[in-house]
Amino acid sequence: MSAATMAAAAPPPAAAAGPRLLEIAGLKVHFRTDDGWVRAVDGVDIGVDRGETLCVVGESGCGKTVTAMTILKLIAMPPGKIVAGSILWQGRDLVPLGPDQMRAIRAKEIGFVFQEPMTSLNPVYTVGEQIAEAVRQHEGLSRRAARDRAAEMLRLVNIPNPQRRVDDYPHQFSGGMRQRVMIAMALSCNPKLLIADEPTTALDVTIQAQILDLMQEMKERLGMAVLLITHAMGVVAETAQRVVVMYAGQVVEEAPVEALFGRPMHPYTQGLIRSIPRLDLAATEHRRLEAIPGTVPSLLNPPAGCRFAARCRHAIPACSAAPPPLREVTPGHLAACIRAEEIS
Amino acid sequence: MTQYLLRRVLIAIPSLLGISVILFTVLALAPGDPFEELATNPAIPPEVRQNLRASLGLDDPIYLRYFAWLGSMLQGDWGYSFISRIPVDDLILQRLPTTVAVIGASQVLALCIALPVGVMAATRPYSLFDQVANTLAFVGFSLPTFFTGLLLILLFSIHLDWLPFVYSTKIDATGLAWWWAQLKQSIMPIAVLGLFQGAAWTRFVRSAVLDVVRLDHVTTARAKGLPESRVTLRHVVRNAMIPVVTLVALQMPAVFGGAIVTEQIFRVPGIGSLLITSILSNDTPVIMAVTFVFAALVIFFNLVADILYGWLDPRISYR
Repeated sequence: MSAATMAAAAPPPAAAAGPRLLEIAGLKVHFRTDDGWVRAVDGVDIGVDRGETLCVVGESGCGKTVTAMTILKLIAMPPGKIVAGSILWQGRDLVPLGPDQMRAIRAKEIGFVFQEPMTSLNPVYTVGEQIAEAVRQHEGLSRRAARDRAAEMLRLVNIPNPQRRVDDYPHQFSGGMRQRVMIAMALSCNPKLLIADEPTTALDVTIQAQILDLMQEMKERLGMAVLLITHAMGVVAETAQRVVVMYAGQVVEEAPVEALFGRPMHPYTQGLIRSIPRLDLAATEHRRLEAIPGTVPSLLNPPAGCRFAARCRHAIPACSAAPPPLREVTPGHLAACIRAEEIS
Repeated sequence: MTQYLLRRVLIAIPSLLGISVILFTVLALAPGDPFEELATNPAIPPEVRQNLRASLGLDDPIYLRYFAWLGSMLQGDWGYSFISRIPVDDLILQRLPTTVAVIGASQVLALCIALPVGVMAATRPYSLFDQVANTLAFVGFSLPTFFTGLLLILLFSIHLDWLPFVYSTKIDATGLAWWWAQLKQSIMPIAVLGLFQGAAWTRFVRSAVLDVVRLDHVTTARAKGLPESRVTLRHVVRNAMIPVVTLVALQMPAVFGGAIVTEQIFRVPGIGSLLITSILSNDTPVIMAVTFVFAALVIFFNLVADILYGWLDPRISYR
């Protein structure tokens, strides 16, 4: 699978036909700690259209997981708090919704796949029971019908012998198989959006490719949109149509996948792309792997200007003066860097 | 499963034999002799005493006496109490129902407190409810039962005169009145034991639930859109019960021992006070039998804990 086949399979971008599937605007999620409020997500705008795959990429702690969890309000509140912003789901704001209304959205409208397949399933119930639980909750199926649906979902995610495996416990599955079960569970109620939070990080490389292929296959078959959270640029290149790059709780760049890899505009994105290990170059040119110098700023007291300025090789005094706005540099390609044009 | 059970029961046999050897030896080596009273009785000539000892086999080597005890015990003959001349098994069976009723009720009370309070406290960590529950639990299991028992007697029996402070087996009443009297005299021992145990278990349940609440699969359950009550009961409490059930089952025999103090304070004629009086009067057959019953209970509840553990946790397999 390549970016080209993925792009070819994509439906045309949503026209002005009604509101976008998901539109996050100005979202701020802060966490209370003993030292003060940590601004884990600090003004994030992300939009997802029907049927597309959007990747959110960034290093650990940049707020991508918190953003994803906040969409379904799965973060612990307290200590977490949605300070500002809106999460429009098909035009309806999820932020003010109460627990009962959120429950109707979870799994039914938006499915979620977590990072750790080894711990995300309850060890004391069979996988069939755990898939059936979601179906029974949302579609009111009988126990028997829900079990049949669970077996059907297992077959769909290519688990051999689904009729027998449906009664097995999670510990009887390997990591990759458990992630398939998680995907089956997330898709069991036919959601319009699948959020996958680093679904392949905990798996080994061959299994990673299988899981990404499976998600792509499911997406095509069920016609849903996918919001894929990852820190691996390789995964982005393979799966995404559009990419959002996050740094220190903010979006720094957003572009279609070809534009992002072809002409990265934000110095952080450029650094991320340069830090992909290249076996071909390493062998012939004895090049050292490039790393981004420095560390992520504290989100307790983030710097006033550009949050990347301290690590940036192109930084000028103006960078630290005021936060750079996320602006459209070329059509469809947004970057939060005042020098985007000159450095890309 | 059947094979596993069978093997566990077979393993229990050597353990019980070992326990009985140790018990028997310790008791045989202990100072004191049931014939001490006869020895000081000048009316009995020494040769008669000697003959009596020989006929009872009291001067045989320990191992011969042990095998004699073992042989008759296996045939259902547990011997006679030196003091009351009543067969030991009758004595135990007489006392057992009272102990089982009082202890059983107190354990049910303890669970009825520990489970809801522990779960509520853990699902609202550091809330006012949690803090109050924690403090009370701490107080509850810091105060020994002999202290709270005396306190209750002082308050409800002496000052208020609501409840009797001596447990009586002979109640002159029938029907409803009998039950009422029974209830009145059982309330204090049950409360003392139950509150003490409940306090300790509350803290255990709370920490077991807290361990599960932060696990990933609970977030998964929430992401499925399940109601919070269902998430708590099916995905938190169900998993947290695995260590709790094991602890409760393993503690059961210890509770019988701990109840001895309470039985003494409230004069409950249970198996614990039987043990105390028999120790004080060197009544070896009764001591032997009661301690052996306790040992058997320990092994039995260990087995129960193992079976419950496997039933609650599918990752455990019986092989």
